[in-house]
Amino acid sequence: MALLKYESQVRPPLVAGDKSYHQITEDIVRPIETSPSKLWWTGFLISLALLGFGIFSITREVIYGTGQWNLNKTIGWGWDITNFVWWIGIGHAGTLISAILLLFRQGWRTGVNRAAEAMTIFAVICAGQFPIWHMGRVWLAFFVLPYPNTRGVLWPNFNSALLWDVFAISTYFTVSLLFWYCGLLPDLATIRDRAKLKWRKLFYGVASFGWSGSTKHWQRHEALSLVLAGLSTPLVLSVHTIVSFDFATSVVPGWHTTIFPPYFVAGAVFSGFAMVQSLLIVTRKVLKLEEYITLEHIDVMNKIIVLTGSIVGCAYLTELFVSWYSQNKFEGWAFMQNRLNAFSPLGWSYYIMMGCNVISPQIFWFRKLRRNITVTFFMSVIVNIGMWFERFVIIVTSVYRDYLPSSWSTYYSPSIYEVGFYLGTFGLFFTCYFLFSKFFPVIAIAEIKHILKKSGENYKEKMGEAEKETAEEFAHEFEHAH
Amino acid sequence: MSIKKFVVACFDDEQVLFPAVKKVRAAGYKIYDIYTPMPIHGLDKAMGLRDTSLHTAGFIYGITGTATALGGIGYVFTYDWPINFGGKPHFALPAWIPITFELTVLFASVGMVLTFCYLCQMAPFVKKHHFHMRATDDLFVMVIECTSKTNEAEVVRFLESIGSKETSVQEAETGWWLGRYDKESKPFEHKESALA
Repeated sequence: MALLKYESQVRPPLVAGDKSYHQITEDIVRPIETSPSKLWWTGFLISLALLGFGIFSITREVIYGTGQWNLNKTIGWGWDITNFVWWIGIGHAGTLISAILLLFRQGWRTGVNRAAEAMTIFAVICAGQFPIWHMGRVWLAFFVLPYPNTRGVLWPNFNSALLWDVFAISTYFTVSLLFWYCGLLPDLATIRDRAKLKWRKLFYGVASFGWSGSTKHWQRHEALSLVLAGLSTPLVLSVHTIVSFDFATSVVPGWHTTIFPPYFVAGAVFSGFAMVQSLLIVTRKVLKLEEYITLEHIDVMNKIIVLTGSIVGCAYLTELFVSWYSQNKFEGWAFMQNRLNAFSPLGWSYYIMMGCNVISPQIFWFRKLRRNITVTFFMSVIVNIGMWFERFVIIVTSVYRDYLPSSWSTYYSPSIYEVGFYLGTFGLFFTCYFLFSKFFPVIAIAEIKHILKKSGENYKEKMGEAEKETAEEFAHEFEHAH
Repeated sequence: MSIKKFVVACFDDEQVLFPAVKKVRAAGYKIYDIYTPMPIHGLDKAMGLRDTSLHTAGFIYGITGTATALGGIGYVFTYDWPINFGGKPHFALPAWIPITFELTVLFASVGMVLTFCYLCQMAPFVKKHHFHMRATDDLFVMVIECTSKTNEAEVVRFLESIGSKETSVQEAETGWWLGRYDKESKPFEHKESALA
């Protein structure tokens, strides 16, 4: 039998079990067509409560100003910008998976890209909150946008890294949203066409834009996905590069570093994949999607975590080396005293960062640990704690004891409203994610169907048989010829 | 828009579909469209569809974004409101690259998605005739357009002989949603007769 698609037997299957096209639809649409479990409701309500607390904290901040936060004269950026960089970093995995891995033709991305992209969008929404509310007078937030105005034609500074950030993040959000939604269209149409309830027919009918699955539309869809992937690839690298410019273009010791762009991008991918792991390990279990998000997927993502974690570790050591090698007193102070000295007031945060980001992910050199779900889940949380501390170390330890000892801050710790704002973004993130997992297919149905006959377990078995047959035939023919 | 007759054939395997497409084209029938649950690489070539020019559109949108950014920032910083930053040149191209890049990507992406929706006639609340509900699930639905000369029964028999699992004849409306008319509806003729 001639095989239309062939993949080497060395590659493990990406879709486990005996699947057909229809079975894939059934499996992935099931959580949408059944009512949510008690677990879902519990999680959703907790997220809503956190969101409520966040809104309360922000309301206080809007009424009384940023004085509600424990920022002070040298620490103008504290938890808020730490959280901003943390969330934006998390928002890097989705587009990396969907864009860069699409260009590299990595089949395994199909199982995880939809949820990862959704995570990206929600994380970017959360990230965007911090600089916006940090403005204090948030009702004037539109001042950052360049448009002819009545304020004496006052333009923003296009040479400033902070304005680059406005453009980078809003573009990243828009493009990620478009990319995600274009991918969703065929799957929403699948749900629409099998819907029995009236509201579901209407909702998915509107949401799927009348997608029909026409070959011409698929052809354009493929072209669109490819070009969007091509555009998103430099975009995803540019976003965290520009975020790093916020620091690197300043002259603050500890920030004024040329290795920031690659260092930040690697860190973003690192924390992004950790968050994807945390979410998908729970999602696959609760929605019973273990056959689509297999141990293979988890294994591959852990390899990326150990790679990017090591790159980040390399960057930490480079920074230390350069601060010593430069023999610059101020650089030396920032690195040797404010960070490396464990007995300095915030020295402990540097060691949490090192332990969580550089040392602990090294366990993923072992295949057995990479494929252990409990270990992976635990590690993914550790990595995200570590990456939060990385941003905290960069931001706070660089500024809390600066050139002028008389202005050295007392020990910086956040106020309850700073913490509340952070928890609130968790609420926002998980509220969005819970709604997404209820109303949208968490796995790209059409893309899984696309790889089924190449990477499905049942089809791979058939391929193996066909391979043996052709080898025997070849041997037979060879004997006859000679 | 005009109402037309279509013969609809459903295949359940792309390995049957590909030879069927060849046979249908060799027999001289006009394939109106094939609806599939996922992209099938090579099907567009097999059907004789031309390649899409969406890439070119994307390139043009991208260039527009580049020009907008460079033109806009250039206008502001060299003509409208030049600011002296420590004696650095007003035309500070390297510092404009990040925003120029972002706007290039933004224009290209938004433009391409809108063009995609326009070309595929897709928008919220658009209603379309779906020939088979399982075309988005597990069936490959081939639709053949009939003319006044077509013998539908013959087409049905032919499609069944080449592997169709389920064949039917349907009537549906064809055409574009924005300002294009099929020849059959002849809107201008009506206008002339009304004038006369």
